[in-house]
Amino acid sequence: MLTRLQKQARQDTMLLNMGPSHPAMHGTIRIMLELDGERILNSEVEVGYLHRGFEKTCEHRTYFSLLPYTDRLNYVSPLINNLGYVMTVEKMLGVEVPERAQYIRVLMSELSRISDHLTCLAAMAMECGAFTAFLYKMKAREFLWDVIEQTTGARMTTSYIRIGGVRADLHPGFDTALKKAVEETRLVLKDVHGLLDKNIIFLNRTRDVAVMSQEEAVSFGWTGPCLRSTGVSYDVRKAQPYLVYDRLNWEVPLGERGDNFDRYMVRMKEMEQSLRIIEQAAVRIPKSSRAFIAEGMAPARAIQESRRQRVRKDIALSPNLEGSEEARYPDILASDKGFVVPPKEETYTTIEGLINHFKFFMRGHGLRPPKGDVYFAVEGGNGELGFYIVSDGTDRPYRLHLRGPCFHIVSALEQLIRGRYVADVIPTFGSMNMIGGELDR
Amino acid sequence: MEEKTILERIRNQFPAGVKETSTSLGDEVVVIDREALLPVAAFLRDRPGEFTMLLDLTCVDYPGEEPRFEMVYHLFSVSRNRRLRIKTRLGESDLRIASLTSLWKNANWLEREVYDLFGVCFEGHPDLRRLFMYDGFEGHPLRKDYPLRRRQPLIRLKE
Repeated sequence: MLTRLQKQARQDTMLLNMGPSHPAMHGTIRIMLELDGERILNSEVEVGYLHRGFEKTCEHRTYFSLLPYTDRLNYVSPLINNLGYVMTVEKMLGVEVPERAQYIRVLMSELSRISDHLTCLAAMAMECGAFTAFLYKMKAREFLWDVIEQTTGARMTTSYIRIGGVRADLHPGFDTALKKAVEETRLVLKDVHGLLDKNIIFLNRTRDVAVMSQEEAVSFGWTGPCLRSTGVSYDVRKAQPYLVYDRLNWEVPLGERGDNFDRYMVRMKEMEQSLRIIEQAAVRIPKSSRAFIAEGMAPARAIQESRRQRVRKDIALSPNLEGSEEARYPDILASDKGFVVPPKEETYTTIEGLINHFKFFMRGHGLRPPKGDVYFAVEGGNGELGFYIVSDGTDRPYRLHLRGPCFHIVSALEQLIRGRYVADVIPTFGSMNMIGGELDR
Repeated sequence: MEEKTILERIRNQFPAGVKETSTSLGDEVVVIDREALLPVAAFLRDRPGEFTMLLDLTCVDYPGEEPRFEMVYHLFSVSRNRRLRIKTRLGESDLRIASLTSLWKNANWLEREVYDLFGVCFEGHPDLRRLFMYDGFEGHPLRKDYPLRRRQPLIRLKE
């Protein structure tokens, strides 16, 4: 079947495929170009190569068990996806989250945001030939991911932010690790500013290339750094503050022209703001009074003991559950028992705990938000990451729809590259931060 | 004062088209007739709330109910910082609705997505094709009667 472009194309022009497997097409996306020499007359963007049926799958999963799927949406900042989904469900259920957990969520989502921006700009710079900048940014991202890994247990597939709070408390060495990561990232940002800001090669390929006007950007549904690069001040964290963002001091950086360079610059400045947020949140986070349990009874022994008497000793949870001890629950999870996984200590040693555990995970039980529909959005790496959930009162979402920010951004690509050179596709596409998992779902 | 009047103004402007207005969990919701979609959307975009951004557009399938499909639009006003949800129902036998591509540019892809996954036809859409699925895919996967693990026949590669 002929595509629209093939039907429309003039006889004397050349049709060229960029992608789906092209080193500069992050993930898989296909851009068909109709070329007159090096000029792009028309283009057609084809998406869907990474469509995994996220929304369909979620309809067949419980509210609790679909969380890992959200990791795989924007796989560069999975924690923000977790947060968006979880807060949407919390809005339906009306859950109160402890303050410490809220600060942990802010810390985690800002770490993810920086790593998201770093990845985008690293790839963009590399594709423009600035390989050093790429390596520097990847280095900074590793420091951030170390912190994330130590806290959540995974680099990318975190599933850390849970309905009602977070999965585990911060580990003892968190402050030191975070401080190091922030310092290293600051140094890298300084280096990258030095490498790229006045680099004539980079400027030639980004300055005044693919300019987006404010009206067009809004009409295309752009949000996030791309919208702000045109000068529209809209950031979900400021406009509809969630968590504790309204208690922290930070600014929304804006661009002026809406070209590739502004999109680069806004992301760079946003990372500095995110570092500010992290530093403030790390100081203001309410301290946990609970010490880590050094030793305890093995779960198998505790189960045996519990057959004879009620076990009152501490139980050594497996390293996978570190930081999620029952004693920490008041700090990190909502107090309402129905919304959170019952503590493992109770499950192992008491019959009530075991029943609670089964009730939480049994089919048809567990989390059942009231009937109705809800839309909630958080500021993702690319912009407004919104979830629209329709509940029919059962333990599975009747319909779950994701508003992926880069879906709207990439839909403007055809217009942005029209009339430009082939080489302009690369920085333009790079500055959009297209993420296949979020775009194709 | 003006906060409360947005829903009222829509009701006054389109007494025939607007079926119901409500607030659910802090979101303002307008339920309208299918025919009224384009005028209501155009009215909302320009005045009184300046809903200049089409945040999202999707569909929900309710098999067994009549009309079966529900289109859900989310609008956002950058200047006034507020969201609005528009809902309208479509029957299975006549699965058509006006396209919003003339008002918002991202409606192009969003409507292609809904056409692809639900089979809703958008009248006035310039290029209504599947977006995520390939040509030759049978059925509309997000409909409730599409089985989760249904297999599709392999198709020939594109030339």
